[in-house]
Amino acid sequence: MSLDGTIMIHLNGEHRRVREGITLAELAGELGLAPEKVAVERNLEVVPRSTLGEVRVEDGDELEIVHFVGGG
Amino acid sequence: MNVESKISAPVDEADDGWTVAGRSFRSRLIVGTGKYKDFAQNAAAVEASGAEIVTVAVRRVNVSDPKAPMLIDFIDPKRITYLPNTAGCFTGEEAIRTLRLAREAGGWELVKLEVLGEARTLYPDMVETLRATEILANEGFKPMVYCVDDPIAARRLEDVGAVAIMPLGAPIGSGLGIQNQVTIRLIVEGAKVPVLVDAGVGTASDASAAMELGCDGVLMNTAIAEAKNPVMMARAMKLAVESGRLAYRAGRMGKRRYADPSSPLAGLI
Repeated sequence: MSLDGTIMIHLNGEHRRVREGITLAELAGELGLAPEKVAVERNLEVVPRSTLGEVRVEDGDELEIVHFVGGG
Repeated sequence: MNVESKISAPVDEADDGWTVAGRSFRSRLIVGTGKYKDFAQNAAAVEASGAEIVTVAVRRVNVSDPKAPMLIDFIDPKRITYLPNTAGCFTGEEAIRTLRLAREAGGWELVKLEVLGEARTLYPDMVETLRATEILANEGFKPMVYCVDDPIAARRLEDVGAVAIMPLGAPIGSGLGIQNQVTIRLIVEGAKVPVLVDAGVGTASDASAAMELGCDGVLMNTAIAEAKNPVMMARAMKLAVESGRLAYRAGRMGKRRYADPSSPLAGLI
């Protein structure tokens, strides 16, 4: 937590500061991602898509946002 | 019945689909979506292959370039079934974690499990594969499982909940063709779930060979993607899988050690 109202998270392996109290759905939106095209893992737990609008990001969270890419 | 319809409908092909985990498909060819020049070529190859299932990988979104084109903008998951894989996973835990995310991203249980043993050969680690198959099946997944061409391992996989057995024909990406037809045939004979050769196909005759052994289908990626003309090769693979299947159903002639004339000997002048 910091004085400027932001928190530090790990997003896809990289440090990032985000607004305190932001939900996962809001974060996806700010990143320009369509929630229906991605899946989110928070601290090694899958976050159901239906709850992305309720789950708030917390300081120190480890987030993974993934999608489908070409593969064999 | 006129002559034309006699010629055009000599074989009953209508009922020749296959079913995996309660879902039925007409095409017996599953294609990968890796290694293509671009998404457009990939989509054209899928179209030409007639495939109804494509394998896809699960990877991090590029958060610095979220507007980059995505696979699902080119291959519609409502029309083509996405089969998420665990390519690149070397432990059961990595594979399970990947598929849990895939289920959330896509909302389905049908998945392709592969747990690799080493980078050099990309051979499956069967101990980890078996363990992960059981865990996934217990979590409600329907795992189609990449495995060694070992009939005993195949039976074990089936016992712990694999919905399809997918033995390699040759190492992933090698294009060497089916190296051991005996073991593939033994797996087919012993399995109660579909068997698909996964990996090793290099050209159309390899796909036909797999189907002639009685496999339910073939999964390939590199053979199409690295062809000089991937879309044409996709079409070739479609025909190869279909003709191999027909040949299997038709029942091949017996092999003889010596010649046997096709024209009658009687009445020779």
